[in-house]
Amino acid sequence: MVNDTSFAPWDDPQERPLIRFQNVTKRFGDFVAIDDLTLDIYQREFFALLGPSGCGKTTMMRMLAGFEEPTDGMIELAGEDIAHVPPNKRAVNMMFQSYALFPHLSVWDNVAFGLRRESRDKDAIAERVEQMLKLTRLEKFAGRKPHQISGGQRQRVALARSLAKAPKLLLLDEPLGALDAKLRQATQFELMDIQEKTGTTFVIVTHDQEEAMTVASRVAVMDEGRVMQVATPEQIYEAPNSTYVADFIGDVNLIEGRAKPNGGGAYHINWAEGQAPFEAKSDMVLSEGQRCHLALRPEKVGIQPNKPEEVNAVQGKVLDIAYLGNLSTYHVELSTGQVIKAQTANTNRLSRRDFMWDDPVWVSWSASAGVLLSQ
Amino acid sequence: MIRLSPFNVVSLTLGFAFLYIPMVILVIYSFNASKLVTVWAGFSTQWYGELLRNEAFLDAAWVTLRVAIVSSTIATVLGTMAAYTLVRGGKFFGRTLFSGMVYAPLVMPEVITGLSLLLLFIGIGLDRGILTIVLAHTTFSMCFVSVVVSSRLVTFDRSLEEAALDLGASPFEAFRFVTLPIIAPAVISGWLLAFTLSLDDLVIASFTSGPSATTLPMKIWSSVRLGVSPEINALSTILIGLVTIGVISASLATKRATLRQKLDAQVAARPT
Repeated sequence: MVNDTSFAPWDDPQERPLIRFQNVTKRFGDFVAIDDLTLDIYQREFFALLGPSGCGKTTMMRMLAGFEEPTDGMIELAGEDIAHVPPNKRAVNMMFQSYALFPHLSVWDNVAFGLRRESRDKDAIAERVEQMLKLTRLEKFAGRKPHQISGGQRQRVALARSLAKAPKLLLLDEPLGALDAKLRQATQFELMDIQEKTGTTFVIVTHDQEEAMTVASRVAVMDEGRVMQVATPEQIYEAPNSTYVADFIGDVNLIEGRAKPNGGGAYHINWAEGQAPFEAKSDMVLSEGQRCHLALRPEKVGIQPNKPEEVNAVQGKVLDIAYLGNLSTYHVELSTGQVIKAQTANTNRLSRRDFMWDDPVWVSWSASAGVLLSQ
Repeated sequence: MIRLSPFNVVSLTLGFAFLYIPMVILVIYSFNASKLVTVWAGFSTQWYGELLRNEAFLDAAWVTLRVAIVSSTIATVLGTMAAYTLVRGGKFFGRTLFSGMVYAPLVMPEVITGLSLLLLFIGIGLDRGILTIVLAHTTFSMCFVSVVVSSRLVTFDRSLEEAALDLGASPFEAFRFVTLPIIAPAVISGWLLAFTLSLDDLVIASFTSGPSATTLPMKIWSSVRLGVSPEINALSTILIGLVTIGVISASLATKRATLRQKLDAQVAARPT
């Protein structure tokens, strides 16, 4: 789905968003949890709210579910202001971080719980429950109690229960936090699969950037109650709009300097006294002498023993080597004291390493490899 | 098995002797053929038969049972409601004060509770009888129920209630279908506590009962003042027997439940 280029309702001005946060502010006493936030989420999206703990992502989700009311502003769901509608009266369901399965009810009854609140038609309920159990591959466990099944199965019961009422919007609060790494990965793909099959709009809250990147159609990176950037995972990674986002997502080299426009979107970045400026391209307009950062992903930085032909090349010595199995990351200290990280893929098995500690090396990158950031 | 040291054997014997010798003597003398309590005259069950023919005792027992059942049931309902509001109600005005005040009857001397209730009933012109005993017992046992239930509610996972609301349950339905079944063991033990408290209360019942209603403890107390009769011993033995059966079956049930949960956990851990 991430590669599905045709799905981009956020680029279509005709499209009406399913959820609209309009100037929403939430205060708990003096503490501002959400600060004048405006955000649109579209139908069938898998939307991720990503940020460190305390950034306000959980508050956003609880406002969507109805457990918190905004202090100010409007929250629209399908054109209707739901800011003050109680949780049991909105077409939104939530999958809790702790799963919150009812311990006294069987898997079957857990899934049927929401359906029984709105309908007395036993056959219709049974049919829907069976359908949900099949979707989440839980048919065999229908009669078990939550404490009689494994963690991964519990997670699927929670998902089946929250999907049973076919909500317009499904909220997932750190849905995979309690699973181990292997199971988490498998479950991520399962979640995407189920999201596509049911066509439900999903909003996921997570602090795990890899999880957000894997599952989401768009990611909102949050910090201190504000949205820093909303974009597709590719854009977030390749074109972050601030040093905060660049630093939060993945590994990055941030080089501070002053811009010197060179015409045609090209800039010279003066980054240290007596050093040749770096060349960089940017769509952003920077004025002469403006302070900026050059954000460079380590995998876009090459490392060589001899001076390469690249436009940006500096010499340094190897300070540290992190071997990650598939990749190696070299920390190269420049003569100015700055450290640049360069990453190479270990494509040959058991090959001799080209560089060792304290080896003099050259790091280099092209003019378009980095992103210029003014904030 | 660990071999007990002589010191342990002595202290164990002394402790248990202290606890149980009075009761054992009572049970033995309930089977005494003699009418004199202190003289052993052979084994007999005649006093049990005598007891069953004694209308006054049976009446008192019946009154006690009715009072205990009704008052503990009302106390459980009220106490659970109070606990739920105090734990879940959020920070409403005077909450700390109310939580503190719920505990007050626990430490209040019974004589004072009884006296104040007596004054109240006289003040509002309520005739003393079964109704007033029920009201009095409800009053003091309600706070015991509230304490037991609120200690369970404090550890209750709030997100379960939120999940119920999220799935479309009204706040009442969330309580009825999720909270109540989960805290049921605490509610039941609250009821049992209220029931036992009502069964063996003498002081408050004496203050609030009228000539038409005498509870069993009151009856025993008044007849003992005229001298201990073997009938009283028989009656007490029956009560001891009932309590023993209750305690043993309750602990067996708990043990079985824990065992069951352990087995379930093993089943869950097994790969499927």
